[in-house]
Amino acid sequence: MTAELHAITTTVNGTRHSRRVESRLLLSDFLRHELGLTGTRVGCEHGVCGACTILYDGEPVRSCLMFAAQAHGHELTTVEGLAPERGRLHPLQEAFRTAHGLQCGYCTPGILLTMKAFLAETPSPSEGEVREALSGNLCRCTGYQHIVNAVLLAAARLRGESSA
Amino acid sequence: MKPAPFRYVAADSLASALALKAEHGDDARFLAGGQSLIPAMNFRLAQPAVVVDINPLGELDFVRAAGAGGLRIGALTRNRTLERDALVAQRQPLVREAVPHVAHPQIRNRGTLGGNLAHADPASELPALMLALDARLHAKSARGERWIEAREFFRGVFTTALRADELLAEVELPEPRPRTGTCFMEVARRRGDYAMMGVAAVVALGADDRCTHARLAYCNAGETPVSAATAAQALVGSRIGEGQIHDVAAVAQREIDPLGNVHASKAFQRHLAGVLTRRALQTALDRAMAGR
Repeated sequence: MTAELHAITTTVNGTRHSRRVESRLLLSDFLRHELGLTGTRVGCEHGVCGACTILYDGEPVRSCLMFAAQAHGHELTTVEGLAPERGRLHPLQEAFRTAHGLQCGYCTPGILLTMKAFLAETPSPSEGEVREALSGNLCRCTGYQHIVNAVLLAAARLRGESSA
Repeated sequence: MKPAPFRYVAADSLASALALKAEHGDDARFLAGGQSLIPAMNFRLAQPAVVVDINPLGELDFVRAAGAGGLRIGALTRNRTLERDALVAQRQPLVREAVPHVAHPQIRNRGTLGGNLAHADPASELPALMLALDARLHAKSARGERWIEAREFFRGVFTTALRADELLAEVELPEPRPRTGTCFMEVARRRGDYAMMGVAAVVALGADDRCTHARLAYCNAGETPVSAATAAQALVGSRIGEGQIHDVAAVAQREIDPLGNVHASKAFQRHLAGVLTRRALQTALDRAMAGR
């Protein structure tokens, strides 16, 4: 079968991109190989590990379980779009640094984006709610304890609790 | 892991999507949430020649009241919508209770009711809910349309009554009877994993507190979602007590036919079914008595 190309236009981290993509190109590979946004990690490629999680119209999704062609006309956010400007971190990223919420960092982009949407919907989560919200993101380094601490810290800071 | 080549078509109308499916039959697959289809394509377990993306068909994404207490839910409705929708929570609390057990938030953001049911994984929660709630499923094709009862829909592992040219377009959940209580429970190794065993229980009571209607439906209990009809029927007409719940659970344990797997032997699955049936039935009964 000859490769059939689709013209797509998608907005990633506020920037519009137009490309021609093959039907079978996964959205995760599109972001990494076509746009050079390698912050989106590819782990299992069947929707289990969560490393490739991005925001698709604001909602966390597995980018390995979508085709690039499905990004046409939609808005995406990757980890590169989290920080407000170069040299500054998003409060979630800042909290992960403070609380040692990562070791090797492979799972971190997916977790940050999952937690961004989670905290927007649940600004004052319990530890149990954080753990449940993290259930779709595998981390093989930390044992999750410091990730949970980092998310709770970020939640407190985002609520404006200055002591946090 | 990358999918084999295929032709991708973003549907611009329901009619054109159905025409493509009629033309290509089993060589074409509808892409809804893609949370089961795309992993299968990444593994090359599925190699459709044509993928018809129905995500642009917003008319398939809806939750509507049907009469005084029923619901009509479009096939493209995301699991996340079922989890959040106030009308679903009010009219079918069983759905609201069960959906958070379906995989993880990221998966539920994409995964759809119709896609899940058409995929017909017997370990999935939603097919069992359809049996417990006596759902009707609406199939459409270029030739016409028909309604299929949930108990007729699931034919085997990943196999449904849908014909090669049909799309599952909508699900209808009938109005619950007066004084209905429901409960969904499952046991999974980790949050978001497929359940080793799961049960949906429905109990309705008359004015004299006698059971007027009961359903017990199980996920991961056979090659299809399994309804324990004999066990449930034994409840009808009686004032349900602890001893009867125990006896009914024992009947249900024999009525299901779990396949067993590396995580749970058949014997353990039956054991779980017994425990979960007793707890879920008691909870459903308590909720019916409390008028919830």
